[in-house]
Amino acid sequence: MDWQTVAGQLFPQGHDIVEHDNFLSGSAQVAGQEVAIIGTTGHTPIGIEIALAQAKAVLTTVQQHPGRPILILVDTQGQRLRHRDEMLGINSYMAHLGKCIDLARRQGHTVIGLVYDQALSGGFITSGLIASACYALPQATIRVMGLPAMARITKVAEERLTELAKDNPVFAPGPENYLRMGGLHGIWADDLAGQLARALAQANQDDQRMALGQERGGRLLAQPVVDAIRTGSDVRPA
Amino acid sequence: MSSYLELTARQRIPAVFDPGSFEEFLPPSARVASPHLAQLDSPVSFDDGVVVGRARLGGHTVFGAAQEGGFMGGAVGEVHGAKLVGMLRRAIDERAHAVLLLLESGGVRLHEANAGLIAVSEVMRAMLDVRAAGIPVIAVVGGANGCFGGMGIAARCANTVIMSEEGRLAMSGPEVIETASGVEEFDSRDRALVWRTTGGKHRYLLGDCQMLVADEAQAFRDAALAAIAAIRDPRLTLDELLAEQAMLTRRLDSTAGLQEPMDIWKGLGIDDPARVPMLDADAFLQLAAQHRAGVATGER
Repeated sequence: MDWQTVAGQLFPQGHDIVEHDNFLSGSAQVAGQEVAIIGTTGHTPIGIEIALAQAKAVLTTVQQHPGRPILILVDTQGQRLRHRDEMLGINSYMAHLGKCIDLARRQGHTVIGLVYDQALSGGFITSGLIASACYALPQATIRVMGLPAMARITKVAEERLTELAKDNPVFAPGPENYLRMGGLHGIWADDLAGQLARALAQANQDDQRMALGQERGGRLLAQPVVDAIRTGSDVRPA
Repeated sequence: MSSYLELTARQRIPAVFDPGSFEEFLPPSARVASPHLAQLDSPVSFDDGVVVGRARLGGHTVFGAAQEGGFMGGAVGEVHGAKLVGMLRRAIDERAHAVLLLLESGGVRLHEANAGLIAVSEVMRAMLDVRAAGIPVIAVVGGANGCFGGMGIAARCANTVIMSEEGRLAMSGPEVIETASGVEEFDSRDRALVWRTTGGKHRYLLGDCQMLVADEAQAFRDAALAAIAAIRDPRLTLDELLAEQAMLTRRLDSTAGLQEPMDIWKGLGIDDPARVPMLDADAFLQLAAQHRAGVATGER
Protein backbone atom coordinates (compact mmCIF):
# COMPACT_ATOMS: atom_id res chain seq x y z
CA MET A 1 0.00 0.00 0.00
CA ASP A 2 1.36 3.47 -0.77
CA TRP A 3 2.05 5.75 2.15
CA GLN A 4 -0.48 8.39 1.10
CA THR A 5 -3.32 5.85 1.31
CA VAL A 6 -2.13 4.58 4.68
CA ALA A 7 -1.71 8.12 6.01
CA GLY A 8 -5.18 9.01 4.77
CA GLN A 9 -6.67 6.13 6.76
CA LEU A 10 -4.51 6.72 9.84
CA PHE A 11 -5.22 10.45 9.95
CA PRO A 12 -8.70 11.18 8.59
CA GLN A 13 -8.42 14.74 9.95
CA GLY A 14 -5.35 15.36 7.81
CA HIS A 15 -1.58 15.39 8.16
CA ASP A 16 1.44 17.29 6.85
CA ILE A 17 3.72 14.33 6.03
CA VAL A 18 6.19 15.04 3.24
CA GLU A 19 8.36 12.64 1.24
CA HIS A 20 11.96 13.50 0.45
CA ASP A 21 14.17 10.86 -1.21
CA ASN A 22 12.01 8.06 0.25
CA PHE A 23 12.24 9.61 3.74
CA LEU A 24 8.91 10.53 5.35
CA SER A 25 8.41 13.10 8.08
CA GLY A 26 5.58 15.20 9.42
CA SER A 27 2.90 15.37 12.03
CA ALA A 28 -0.81 14.71 12.48
CA GLN A 29 -3.55 14.68 15.10
CA VAL A 30 -4.57 11.40 16.72
CA ALA A 31 -7.46 11.52 19.17
CA GLY A 32 -6.80 15.16 19.88
CA GLN A 33 -3.08 14.64 20.37
CA GLU A 34 -0.22 15.75 18.11
CA VAL A 35 1.88 12.83 16.82
CA ALA A 36 5.22 12.97 14.99
CA ILE A 37 5.58 10.71 11.95
CA ILE A 38 8.93 9.39 10.74
CA GLY A 39 9.45 6.71 8.14
CA THR A 40 10.52 5.42 4.78
CA THR A 41 8.78 4.45 1.56
CA GLY A 42 9.38 2.90 -1.86
CA HIS A 43 10.87 -0.25 -0.23
CA THR A 44 14.00 1.86 0.03
CA PRO A 45 17.16 0.20 1.26
CA ILE A 46 18.30 1.73 4.54
CA GLY A 47 21.66 3.28 3.83
CA ILE A 48 23.67 5.58 6.03
CA GLU A 49 21.99 8.81 4.82
CA ILE A 50 18.40 7.75 5.44
CA ALA A 51 19.29 6.17 8.79
CA LEU A 52 20.83 9.48 9.81
CA ALA A 53 17.84 11.48 8.51
CA GLN A 54 15.47 9.38 10.62
CA ALA A 55 17.70 9.72 13.68
CA LYS A 56 17.78 13.49 13.24
CA ALA A 57 13.99 13.64 13.04
CA VAL A 58 13.72 11.65 16.27
CA LEU A 59 16.22 13.91 18.07
CA THR A 60 14.46 17.04 16.80
CA THR A 61 11.16 15.70 18.16
CA VAL A 62 12.78 15.01 21.54
CA GLN A 63 14.27 18.52 21.63
CA GLN A 64 11.35 20.54 20.31
CA HIS A 65 8.30 18.53 21.34
CA PRO A 66 9.00 16.70 24.60
CA GLY A 67 6.66 13.77 25.13
CA ARG A 68 5.07 13.89 21.68
CA PRO A 69 4.30 10.32 20.52
CA ILE A 70 6.18 9.08 17.47
CA LEU A 71 4.81 6.81 14.74
CA ILE A 72 7.43 5.04 12.61
CA LEU A 73 6.12 4.03 9.18
CA VAL A 74 8.19 1.07 7.98
CA ASP A 75 8.73 0.17 4.33
CA THR A 76 12.21 -1.08 3.46
CA GLN A 77 13.88 -3.92 1.61
CA GLY A 78 16.54 -4.01 4.35
CA GLN A 79 19.95 -2.47 4.87
CA ARG A 80 21.75 -1.16 1.77
CA LEU A 81 24.29 -3.69 0.51
CA ARG A 82 27.14 -1.42 -0.59
CA HIS A 83 30.84 -1.29 0.14
CA ARG A 84 30.69 2.43 0.94
CA ASP A 85 27.98 1.93 3.57
CA GLU A 86 30.10 -0.74 5.25
CA MET A 87 33.27 1.33 4.97
CA LEU A 88 31.58 4.24 6.73
CA GLY A 89 30.15 1.99 9.44
CA ILE A 90 26.48 1.46 8.56
CA ASN A 91 26.14 -0.57 11.78
CA SER A 92 26.99 2.61 13.70
CA TYR A 93 24.38 4.61 11.78
CA MET A 94 21.76 1.92 12.45
CA ALA A 95 22.75 1.73 16.12
CA HIS A 96 22.55 5.51 16.35
CA LEU A 97 18.99 5.44 15.00
CA GLY A 98 18.08 2.68 17.45
CA LYS A 99 19.60 4.60 20.37
CA CYS A 100 17.73 7.79 19.38
CA ILE A 101 14.42 5.87 19.41
CA ASP A 102 15.37 4.26 22.72
CA LEU A 103 16.16 7.65 24.25
CA ALA A 104 12.84 9.05 23.01
CA ARG A 105 10.99 6.12 24.61
CA ARG A 106 12.78 6.62 27.91
CA GLN A 107 12.04 10.33 27.88
CA GLY A 108 8.32 9.64 27.70
CA HIS A 109 7.65 9.55 23.96
CA THR A 110 5.48 6.56 23.13
CA VAL A 111 6.95 5.09 19.94
CA ILE A 112 4.75 2.92 17.72
CA GLY A 113 6.06 1.08 14.65
CA LEU A 114 3.77 0.22 11.74
CA VAL A 115 4.93 -2.04 8.92
CA TYR A 116 2.63 -0.82 6.14
CA ASP A 117 4.48 -2.50 3.25
CA GLN A 118 7.85 -4.29 3.63
CA ALA A 119 10.16 -4.90 6.56
CA LEU A 120 13.39 -6.81 6.17
CA SER A 121 16.08 -7.65 8.67
CA GLY A 122 18.55 -4.79 9.09
CA GLY A 123 16.10 -2.10 8.11
CA PHE A 124 13.58 -3.32 10.68
CA ILE A 125 15.74 -4.04 13.68
CA THR A 126 16.39 -0.39 14.56
CA SER A 127 12.96 0.93 13.56
CA GLY A 128 9.82 -1.09 14.30
CA LEU A 129 11.60 -3.65 16.46
CA ILE A 130 12.95 -1.04 18.87
CA ALA A 131 9.64 0.84 19.25
CA SER A 132 7.43 0.55 22.35
CA ALA A 133 5.16 -1.66 20.24
CA CYS A 134 5.09 -2.68 16.59
CA TYR A 135 2.11 -3.45 14.37
CA ALA A 136 1.63 -4.42 10.72
CA LEU A 137 -1.01 -4.30 8.02
CA PRO A 138 -2.20 -7.80 7.01
CA GLN A 139 -0.72 -7.59 3.51
CA ALA A 140 2.72 -6.49 4.76
CA THR A 141 5.85 -8.50 3.98
CA ILE A 142 8.09 -9.16 6.97
CA ARG A 143 11.12 -11.41 6.80
CA VAL A 144 14.82 -11.82 7.34
CA MET A 145 15.35 -13.16 3.84
CA GLY A 146 13.49 -15.17 1.23
CA LEU A 147 13.36 -18.96 1.48
CA PRO A 148 15.56 -19.51 -1.65
CA ALA A 149 18.40 -17.45 -0.16
CA MET A 150 17.88 -19.09 3.21
CA ALA A 151 18.10 -22.52 1.55
CA ARG A 152 21.44 -21.56 -0.04
CA ILE A 153 22.97 -20.37 3.21
CA THR A 154 21.62 -23.05 5.54
CA LYS A 155 22.15 -25.80 2.91
CA VAL A 156 18.66 -27.11 3.61
CA ALA A 157 16.56 -27.85 0.52
CA GLU A 158 14.09 -25.10 -0.34
CA GLU A 159 11.24 -27.63 -0.60
CA ARG A 160 12.01 -28.75 2.94
CA LEU A 161 12.02 -25.17 4.22
CA THR A 162 8.75 -24.42 2.42
CA GLU A 163 7.18 -27.51 3.99
CA LEU A 164 8.45 -26.63 7.49
CA ALA A 165 7.39 -23.03 7.05
CA LYS A 166 3.73 -24.09 6.80
CA ASP A 167 3.32 -24.67 10.49
CA ASN A 168 6.49 -23.28 12.02
CA PRO A 169 6.56 -19.52 12.41
CA VAL A 170 10.31 -19.50 12.88
CA PHE A 171 11.20 -19.58 9.16
CA ALA A 172 8.24 -18.30 7.25
CA PRO A 173 7.80 -14.68 6.24
CA GLY A 174 4.63 -12.77 6.99
CA PRO A 175 3.02 -10.74 9.74
CA GLU A 176 1.06 -13.69 11.23
CA ASN A 177 4.32 -15.45 12.04
CA TYR A 178 5.85 -12.36 13.63
CA LEU A 179 2.63 -11.96 15.61
CA ARG A 180 2.88 -15.54 16.93
CA MET A 181 6.50 -15.00 17.92
CA GLY A 182 5.70 -11.79 19.77
CA GLY A 183 7.63 -9.58 17.34
CA LEU A 184 4.40 -7.79 16.48
CA HIS A 185 1.86 -6.65 19.04
CA GLY A 186 -0.98 -6.86 16.56
CA ILE A 187 -2.17 -6.75 12.95
CA TRP A 188 -4.43 -3.90 11.90
CA ALA A 189 -7.03 -5.16 9.43
CA ASP A 190 -9.26 -2.08 9.49
CA ASP A 191 -10.06 1.17 11.35
CA LEU A 192 -6.42 2.27 11.27
CA ALA A 193 -7.18 5.57 13.03
CA GLY A 194 -8.91 3.80 15.93
CA GLN A 195 -6.18 1.14 16.10
CA LEU A 196 -3.45 3.79 16.31
CA ALA A 197 -5.28 5.70 19.04
CA ARG A 198 -5.68 2.49 21.05
CA ALA A 199 -2.04 1.50 20.48
CA LEU A 200 -0.87 4.88 21.77
CA ALA A 201 -3.09 4.57 24.83
CA GLN A 202 -1.98 1.00 25.61
CA ALA A 203 1.76 1.21 24.94
CA ASN A 204 3.98 -0.10 27.69
CA GLN A 205 7.61 0.78 28.35
CA ASP A 206 8.73 -2.76 29.07
CA ASP A 207 9.80 -5.19 26.38
CA GLN A 208 6.99 -7.78 26.54
CA ARG A 209 7.73 -9.60 23.32
CA MET A 210 9.07 -12.83 24.83
CA ALA A 211 5.99 -13.18 27.03
CA LEU A 212 3.77 -12.51 24.00
CA GLY A 213 5.66 -15.11 21.96
CA GLN A 214 5.18 -17.69 24.70
CA GLU A 215 1.49 -16.85 25.18
CA ARG A 216 0.85 -17.14 21.45
CA GLY A 217 2.82 -20.37 21.08
CA GLY A 218 5.36 -19.06 18.56
CA ARG A 219 8.42 -18.76 20.79
CA LEU A 220 8.23 -21.20 23.65
CA LEU A 221 11.77 -21.20 25.06
CA ALA A 222 12.89 -17.56 25.17
CA GLN A 223 10.85 -16.47 28.21
CA PRO A 224 11.59 -19.65 30.24
CA VAL A 225 15.33 -19.21 29.55
CA VAL A 226 15.25 -15.62 30.80
CA ASP A 227 13.21 -16.64 33.86
CA ALA A 228 15.60 -19.51 34.68
CA ILE A 229 18.58 -17.19 34.52
CA ARG A 230 16.97 -14.47 36.61
CA THR A 231 15.78 -16.83 39.32
CA GLY A 232 19.23 -18.41 39.39
CA SER A 233 18.03 -21.97 39.89
CA ASP A 234 20.61 -23.25 37.46
CA VAL A 235 23.72 -21.41 38.51
CA ARG A 236 26.61 -23.80 38.86
CA PRO A 237 30.33 -23.21 38.83
CA ALA A 238 31.74 -23.39 35.29
CA MET B 1 51.26 -14.04 25.26
CA SER B 2 48.11 -15.80 24.15
CA SER B 3 46.25 -14.76 21.03
CA TYR B 4 42.68 -13.79 21.95
CA LEU B 5 41.53 -14.52 18.40
CA GLU B 6 42.59 -18.15 18.62
CA LEU B 7 40.83 -18.85 21.93
CA THR B 8 37.39 -20.41 22.17
CA ALA B 9 34.63 -18.63 24.06
CA ARG B 10 35.21 -20.86 27.09
CA GLN B 11 38.95 -20.14 27.02
CA ARG B 12 38.40 -16.39 26.73
CA ILE B 13 36.36 -16.15 29.93
CA PRO B 14 39.13 -17.13 32.40
CA ALA B 15 41.68 -15.23 30.29
CA VAL B 16 39.75 -11.96 30.56
CA PHE B 17 37.84 -12.17 33.87
CA ASP B 18 39.52 -12.84 37.23
CA PRO B 19 40.60 -16.51 37.04
CA GLY B 20 38.27 -18.95 38.76
CA SER B 21 35.60 -16.32 39.41
CA PHE B 22 33.11 -17.17 36.68
CA GLU B 23 29.75 -18.77 37.52
CA GLU B 24 27.85 -19.83 34.44
CA PHE B 25 24.09 -19.41 34.07
CA LEU B 26 22.42 -22.33 32.27
CA PRO B 27 25.67 -24.21 31.67
CA PRO B 28 25.86 -27.03 29.08
CA SER B 29 24.88 -29.52 31.80
CA ALA B 30 21.45 -27.83 31.88
CA ARG B 31 21.01 -29.03 28.27
CA VAL B 32 19.18 -25.95 27.04
CA ALA B 33 19.68 -26.16 23.29
CA SER B 34 17.94 -24.68 20.26
CA PRO B 35 14.50 -26.21 19.68
CA HIS B 36 14.66 -25.38 15.96
CA LEU B 37 17.81 -27.01 14.61
CA ALA B 38 16.88 -30.70 14.83
CA GLN B 39 14.19 -30.47 12.17
CA LEU B 40 16.82 -29.05 9.79
CA ASP B 41 19.20 -31.90 10.64
CA SER B 42 21.60 -29.36 12.08
CA PRO B 43 23.59 -30.32 15.17
CA VAL B 44 22.78 -28.50 18.39
CA SER B 45 25.12 -27.24 21.07
CA PHE B 46 24.26 -27.58 24.74
CA ASP B 47 25.11 -23.93 25.31
CA ASP B 48 23.60 -22.77 21.98
CA GLY B 49 26.86 -21.04 21.17
CA VAL B 50 27.03 -18.59 24.05
CA VAL B 51 28.39 -18.66 27.59
CA VAL B 52 26.70 -16.26 30.03
CA GLY B 53 27.27 -15.65 33.71
CA ARG B 54 28.62 -13.65 36.59
CA ALA B 55 32.27 -13.18 37.39
CA ARG B 56 34.71 -10.79 38.95
CA LEU B 57 36.91 -8.39 37.06
CA GLY B 58 39.52 -6.52 39.05
CA GLY B 59 37.62 -7.65 42.14
CA HIS B 60 34.28 -6.15 41.06
CA THR B 61 31.20 -8.18 40.18
CA VAL B 62 30.96 -7.98 36.42
CA PHE B 63 28.41 -9.92 34.39
CA GLY B 64 29.52 -11.27 31.06
CA ALA B 65 29.01 -13.32 27.95
CA ALA B 66 31.18 -14.92 25.32
CA GLN B 67 29.84 -15.97 21.93
CA GLU B 68 31.38 -19.09 20.39
CA GLY B 69 32.31 -18.46 16.76
CA GLY B 70 32.91 -22.17 16.30
CA PHE B 71 29.20 -22.94 16.60
CA MET B 72 27.27 -21.56 13.63
CA GLY B 73 29.55 -18.53 13.52
CA GLY B 74 28.24 -17.28 16.86
CA ALA B 75 24.90 -16.53 15.22
CA VAL B 76 21.94 -15.60 17.41
CA GLY B 77 18.94 -17.93 17.67
CA GLU B 78 16.04 -18.00 20.13
CA VAL B 79 17.92 -19.57 23.06
CA HIS B 80 21.25 -17.83 22.38
CA GLY B 81 19.50 -14.45 22.38
CA ALA B 82 17.39 -15.25 25.44
CA LYS B 83 20.53 -16.27 27.38
CA LEU B 84 22.06 -12.87 26.63
CA VAL B 85 18.84 -11.08 27.61
CA GLY B 86 18.49 -13.13 30.81
CA MET B 87 22.07 -12.30 31.83
CA LEU B 88 21.56 -8.59 31.06
CA ARG B 89 18.34 -8.45 33.11
CA ARG B 90 19.97 -10.27 35.99
CA ALA B 91 22.87 -7.81 35.87
CA ILE B 92 20.28 -5.11 36.59
CA ASP B 93 18.56 -7.21 39.30
CA GLU B 94 21.88 -7.66 41.10
CA ARG B 95 23.23 -4.14 40.50
CA ALA B 96 26.32 -5.36 38.63
CA HIS B 97 29.40 -3.14 38.51
CA ALA B 98 29.52 -3.58 34.73
CA VAL B 99 28.69 -5.95 31.86
CA LEU B 100 31.40 -7.22 29.53
CA LEU B 101 30.35 -8.82 26.24
CA LEU B 102 32.92 -10.87 24.31
CA LEU B 103 31.19 -10.72 20.94
CA GLU B 104 31.82 -12.95 17.94
CA SER B 105 28.81 -13.35 15.69
CA GLY B 106 27.54 -13.36 12.14
CA GLY B 107 24.30 -11.86 13.44
CA VAL B 108 20.89 -13.49 13.06
CA ARG B 109 20.99 -17.31 12.79
CA LEU B 110 19.20 -17.97 9.53
CA HIS B 111 18.08 -21.46 10.62
CA GLU B 112 15.71 -19.70 13.01
CA ALA B 113 15.48 -16.45 11.14
CA ASN B 114 12.43 -14.75 12.63
CA ALA B 115 13.24 -15.79 16.19
CA GLY B 116 16.84 -14.62 15.71
CA LEU B 117 15.85 -11.23 14.35
CA ILE B 118 13.46 -10.55 17.21
CA ALA B 119 16.05 -11.88 19.68
CA VAL B 120 18.78 -9.51 18.46
CA SER B 121 16.43 -6.55 18.90
CA GLU B 122 15.67 -7.81 22.42
CA VAL B 123 19.40 -7.98 23.15
CA MET B 124 19.83 -4.38 21.98
CA ARG B 125 16.99 -3.18 24.16
CA ALA B 126 18.26 -5.16 27.15
CA MET B 127 21.76 -3.65 26.71
CA LEU B 128 20.25 -0.19 26.72
CA ASP B 129 18.17 -1.13 29.80
CA VAL B 130 21.43 -2.03 31.55
CA ARG B 131 22.94 1.32 30.63
CA ALA B 132 19.76 3.11 31.74
CA ALA B 133 20.15 1.38 35.12
CA GLY B 134 23.53 3.10 35.45
CA ILE B 135 25.63 0.03 34.64
CA PRO B 136 28.38 0.32 31.99
CA VAL B 137 28.29 -2.10 29.05
CA ILE B 138 31.57 -2.89 27.29
CA ALA B 139 31.78 -4.83 24.00
CA VAL B 140 34.90 -6.65 22.86
CA VAL B 141 35.38 -7.59 19.19
CA GLY B 142 38.45 -9.69 18.48
CA GLY B 143 37.29 -13.12 17.28
CA ALA B 144 38.00 -14.75 13.93
CA ASN B 145 34.38 -14.45 12.79
CA GLY B 146 34.14 -10.72 13.54
CA CYS B 147 30.92 -9.09 14.64
CA PHE B 148 28.35 -8.65 11.91
CA GLY B 149 24.68 -8.20 11.18
CA GLY B 150 22.44 -7.31 14.08
CA MET B 151 25.25 -7.98 16.55
CA GLY B 152 27.35 -5.35 14.72
CA ILE B 153 24.55 -2.92 15.56
CA ALA B 154 24.25 -4.23 19.12
CA ALA B 155 27.99 -3.73 19.69
CA ARG B 156 27.52 -0.03 18.98
CA CYS B 157 24.86 0.16 21.70
CA ALA B 158 27.59 -0.47 24.28
CA ASN B 159 29.35 2.40 26.08
CA THR B 160 32.73 1.33 24.76
CA VAL B 161 33.84 -0.97 21.95
CA ILE B 162 37.29 -2.55 22.31
CA MET B 163 38.81 -4.12 19.18
CA SER B 164 42.01 -5.68 17.99
CA GLU B 165 43.37 -4.97 14.54
CA GLU B 166 42.26 -8.46 13.56
CA GLY B 167 38.71 -7.91 14.80
CA ARG B 168 36.11 -6.93 12.23
CA LEU B 169 32.99 -4.89 12.92
CA ALA B 170 30.38 -4.19 10.26
CA MET B 171 26.87 -5.05 9.19
CA SER B 172 26.63 -7.10 5.97
CA GLY B 173 29.58 -9.39 5.35
CA PRO B 174 31.69 -8.92 2.19
CA GLU B 175 30.34 -12.15 0.70
CA VAL B 176 26.76 -10.95 1.12
CA ILE B 177 27.56 -7.66 -0.61
CA GLU B 178 29.45 -9.38 -3.39
CA THR B 179 26.52 -11.76 -3.96
CA ALA B 180 23.98 -8.93 -3.98
CA SER B 181 25.88 -6.20 -5.81
CA GLY B 182 28.70 -7.90 -7.70
CA VAL B 183 32.42 -8.47 -7.30
CA GLU B 184 33.21 -4.99 -8.63
CA GLU B 185 31.24 -3.56 -5.67
CA PHE B 186 33.13 -5.55 -3.03
CA ASP B 187 35.62 -8.31 -3.79
CA SER B 188 35.26 -10.55 -0.76
CA ARG B 189 38.45 -12.45 -1.66
CA ASP B 190 40.54 -9.28 -1.38
CA ARG B 191 41.37 -9.87 2.28
CA ALA B 192 43.40 -6.67 2.59
CA LEU B 193 40.42 -4.62 1.37
CA VAL B 194 38.10 -6.50 3.73
CA TRP B 195 40.36 -5.59 6.68
CA ARG B 196 40.80 -1.98 5.57
CA THR B 197 37.00 -1.71 5.34
CA THR B 198 35.88 -3.52 8.51
CA GLY B 199 38.99 -4.06 10.65
CA GLY B 200 39.87 -2.59 14.01
CA LYS B 201 42.28 0.09 12.78
CA HIS B 202 39.76 1.59 10.37
CA ARG B 203 37.02 1.47 12.99
CA TYR B 204 39.33 3.16 15.50
CA LEU B 205 40.32 5.90 13.07
CA LEU B 206 36.66 6.60 12.26
CA GLY B 207 35.59 6.62 15.92
CA ASP B 208 33.44 3.45 15.81
CA CYS B 209 35.59 1.76 18.39
CA GLN B 210 37.01 3.59 21.35
CA MET B 211 39.98 1.36 22.20
CA LEU B 212 42.32 -0.67 20.04
CA VAL B 213 44.60 -3.32 21.52
CA ALA B 214 47.01 -5.98 20.34
CA ASP B 215 45.56 -9.46 19.84
CA GLU B 216 46.35 -10.66 23.36
CA ALA B 217 43.87 -11.78 26.02
CA GLN B 218 45.72 -9.76 28.66
CA ALA B 219 45.47 -6.61 26.54
CA PHE B 220 41.71 -7.03 26.23
CA ARG B 221 41.45 -7.58 29.99
CA ASP B 222 43.48 -4.46 30.76
CA ALA B 223 41.44 -2.42 28.27
CA ALA B 224 38.16 -3.65 29.76
CA LEU B 225 39.30 -2.64 33.25
CA ALA B 226 40.37 0.78 31.98
CA ALA B 227 37.15 1.27 30.01
CA ILE B 228 34.93 0.49 32.98
CA ALA B 229 36.97 2.77 35.26
CA ALA B 230 36.75 5.64 32.75
CA ILE B 231 32.95 5.66 32.46
CA ARG B 232 31.35 8.13 34.84
CA ASP B 233 27.74 7.95 33.66
CA PRO B 234 26.85 5.04 31.40
CA ARG B 235 23.34 6.26 30.66
CA LEU B 236 22.41 7.35 27.16
CA THR B 237 21.82 11.10 27.04
CA LEU B 238 20.47 13.56 24.51
CA ASP B 239 23.83 15.37 24.52
CA GLU B 240 25.68 12.17 23.70
CA LEU B 241 23.32 11.38 20.83
CA LEU B 242 23.53 14.93 19.47
CA ALA B 243 27.33 14.58 19.51
CA GLU B 244 27.06 11.24 17.73
CA GLN B 245 24.67 12.75 15.18
CA ALA B 246 27.26 15.47 14.52
CA MET B 247 30.09 12.94 14.24
CA LEU B 248 28.18 10.73 11.79
CA THR B 249 27.12 13.78 9.74
CA ARG B 250 30.73 15.04 9.56
CA ARG B 251 31.82 11.57 8.48
CA LEU B 252 29.36 11.62 5.58
CA ASP B 253 30.32 15.16 4.56
CA SER B 254 34.07 14.65 4.77
CA THR B 255 34.13 11.42 2.77
CA ALA B 256 31.90 12.43 -0.15
CA GLY B 257 32.91 10.47 -3.23
CA LEU B 258 35.54 8.34 -1.47
CA GLN B 259 35.51 4.58 -2.13
CA GLU B 260 38.78 3.42 -0.58
CA PRO B 261 39.46 3.37 3.17
CA MET B 262 43.04 4.59 2.58
CA ASP B 263 41.65 7.77 1.00
CA ILE B 264 39.65 8.36 4.18
CA TRP B 265 42.81 7.92 6.28
CA LYS B 266 44.59 10.37 3.99
CA GLY B 267 41.70 12.77 4.53
CA LEU B 268 42.32 12.45 8.27
CA GLY B 269 45.85 13.72 7.65
CA ILE B 270 47.78 10.45 7.47
CA ASP B 271 50.39 11.15 4.78
CA ASP B 272 51.30 7.56 4.01
CA PRO B 273 48.09 5.54 4.53
CA ALA B 274 49.55 2.42 2.89
CA ARG B 275 51.75 2.11 6.00
CA VAL B 276 48.81 1.82 8.39
CA PRO B 277 48.09 -1.91 7.95
CA MET B 278 51.79 -2.68 8.56
CA LEU B 279 52.03 -0.96 11.97
CA ASP B 280 51.85 -2.88 15.22
CA ALA B 281 49.24 -1.76 17.78
CA ASP B 282 51.55 0.62 19.69
CA ALA B 283 52.95 2.33 16.61
CA PHE B 284 49.48 2.59 15.15
CA LEU B 285 48.05 4.15 18.31
CA GLN B 286 50.83 6.77 18.30
CA LEU B 287 50.03 7.68 14.73
CA ALA B 288 46.27 7.58 15.27
CA ALA B 289 46.44 9.88 18.29
CA GLN B 290 47.05 12.86 16.02
CA HIS B 291 44.57 11.94 13.31
CA ARG B 292 41.67 10.00 14.77
CA ALA B 293 38.19 11.33 13.94
CA GLY B 294 35.25 11.86 16.08
CA VAL B 295 33.68 11.77 19.43
CA ALA B 296 34.13 8.73 21.59
CA THR B 297 30.57 8.15 22.73
CA GLY B 298 30.27 6.86 26.24
CA GLU B 299 33.89 7.59 27.07
CA ARG B 300 33.20 10.73 29.00
